[in-house]
Amino acid sequence: MSEKTLHAIYDDDDKLLDAVKKIKAAKYEIDEVYTPFPVHGLEKALGLKDTRIAITSFIYGCIGFCFAIWMMNYIMILDWPQNIGGKPSFSYIENMPAFVPIMFELTVFFAAHLMVITFYLRSKLWPFKKAENPMPETTDDKFLIEIKFDGNEKELKKLINKTDVLDIKVHINKKINHE
Amino acid sequence: MYKLTKNIKIFSFSLMIIGLVGLGYGFYTAPHSIEESKAIVASNSHGEHTSDHSEDINELDHKDDEHSVSHDEHVYHQLSNRPWSALYVAALFFFLISLGTLAFYAIQRASQAGWSPVLYRVMEGITGYLFPGSIIIIIFLILCTLHLNHLFIWMDPDVVEHDKIIKAKSGYLDSQFFIARAIFYLLGWNLYRYFSRKFSIAQDKSKDISNHKKNFKISAGFLAFFIVTESMMSWDWIMSLDPHWFSTLFGWYVFASMFVSGITVIALLTIFLKSQGYLSKVNHNHLHDLAKFMFGVSIFWAYLWFSQFMLIWYANIPEEVTYFITRIEDYSLPFWGMLVTNLIFPFLVLMNSDYKRINWFIVTTGIVILIGHYIDFYNMIMPSTVGDQWYIGVPEIGGILFFGGLFIYIVLNTLTKAPLEPSGDPLFKESEKFVY
Repeated sequence: MSEKTLHAIYDDDDKLLDAVKKIKAAKYEIDEVYTPFPVHGLEKALGLKDTRIAITSFIYGCIGFCFAIWMMNYIMILDWPQNIGGKPSFSYIENMPAFVPIMFELTVFFAAHLMVITFYLRSKLWPFKKAENPMPETTDDKFLIEIKFDGNEKELKKLINKTDVLDIKVHINKKINHE
Repeated sequence: MYKLTKNIKIFSFSLMIIGLVGLGYGFYTAPHSIEESKAIVASNSHGEHTSDHSEDINELDHKDDEHSVSHDEHVYHQLSNRPWSALYVAALFFFLISLGTLAFYAIQRASQAGWSPVLYRVMEGITGYLFPGSIIIIIFLILCTLHLNHLFIWMDPDVVEHDKIIKAKSGYLDSQFFIARAIFYLLGWNLYRYFSRKFSIAQDKSKDISNHKKNFKISAGFLAFFIVTESMMSWDWIMSLDPHWFSTLFGWYVFASMFVSGITVIALLTIFLKSQGYLSKVNHNHLHDLAKFMFGVSIFWAYLWFSQFMLIWYANIPEEVTYFITRIEDYSLPFWGMLVTNLIFPFLVLMNSDYKRINWFIVTTGIVILIGHYIDFYNMIMPSTVGDQWYIGVPEIGGILFFGGLFIYIVLNTLTKAPLEPSGDPLFKESEKFVY
């Protein structure tokens, strides 16, 4: 674990993006960026890997689609067939048009809800979890770059001061030492 | 500025000539009397259908001879309608591509879109076909009212006389009123196209943005005019082919079809121009947005298709359901096939964000979408005019080639008339820098 953590605070997303690019160009490792809203282009500037949530969403959608087919077949054909509008429910395929809205809705339902749940799990979020952001203002109007480092504090500060920074804070990390 | 190459000229003119020959062949081989039509039907049904048909005919003969005679006349009309319908479907399809593009263009103007100004001239090029297309359509419709064909059966006073339902609608379905309405719509659309193009070119050299503002105003006005007249156009030109049947969302359905075809042609033409070294300011971000529209509007089309289908299927009212029964029984391949080309294929191929930026993905999907929407119009028009005597053969393909060639020539020729970059547009810079 690095011994020091630096927090650089910005008040504008463009300034933040600019700073991230400069810090990355100087080969510093950015651990985390806290922003009140998604900043366009930030993930590219940070060099994050592409999200795989899209493919999970597709898989969940397929599951929802299949679930709807199974469910409507069970409810309307197998368990309790009813004659609706002169269309006796003896065959799934002949009643299929009536089930399309349900297939559509459950596809969307599964894709959306399971994707959100996946996102929560992947981001290690659950109910009653304590907030991790070091500064509550980052949920309001401030942007924060977190850098953990060992080496020369002055040099890093000098670099960050060149960006349009509002405030810089350096914390000494608690040593986890079991000696 | 785009320069028309010799190859393009040769290509489009040869398409037109081949198409014209195909159409001519269609008119030449169409039956000119009931006897000829009987001979054609007999020669066509030598194959596997022979047994079914002869049984049907025998049954009819037993019932009454009069019915069989009227059946023969009916088939004769259908067969002689075929070349006309083939011409009409193709003429309407390419005209509506240009109209759909015009609507898309007006939406960009009225919403002051920041991403699309680099593509304005491409869209204006496609809408260049609007005027020639309008002339062709209006001549065609006038020929229909002159009883040169039997596409619109309500134009025949003899049919109206014996048909209560059409008689009740005869106030609206009246030949002169029909032509007057058509002229009214076409005039309105062409006026918008003329002035928006004029202001767009004037904006290139002007120092203030007054032309841009004027374009904004007339675009908003046009959209209000368009959505009403487009709906009425679809009732007049397509839905009235089946004068007993009606659907309240038909206008939207036709709109979705022309809209997605128009956007697809914008994307294809943009890729073509880029491959020729033009449009240096257009990059994959703009194409990505076009592909998103192709994807989204394909789903929108399917939504409207299904809304129309499911309500009629569920209600099961005889006079409504006959529309789909004709199409499912006689046209099952094009009818279900177009769901694959217009929904499932673009849905699966263009779903992935990265694929929307790859040219050959867009081109492949675009071609499939265009074929699918041609078939969509085919399914709207042919069952009402030729019934089960359909086939995608020489006259149909001839129609596509002729109007396709004309469309390509006029669109590319329009592109030569103005710089490809509307550099005076106040949103041009924003569009240039646009990043998805």
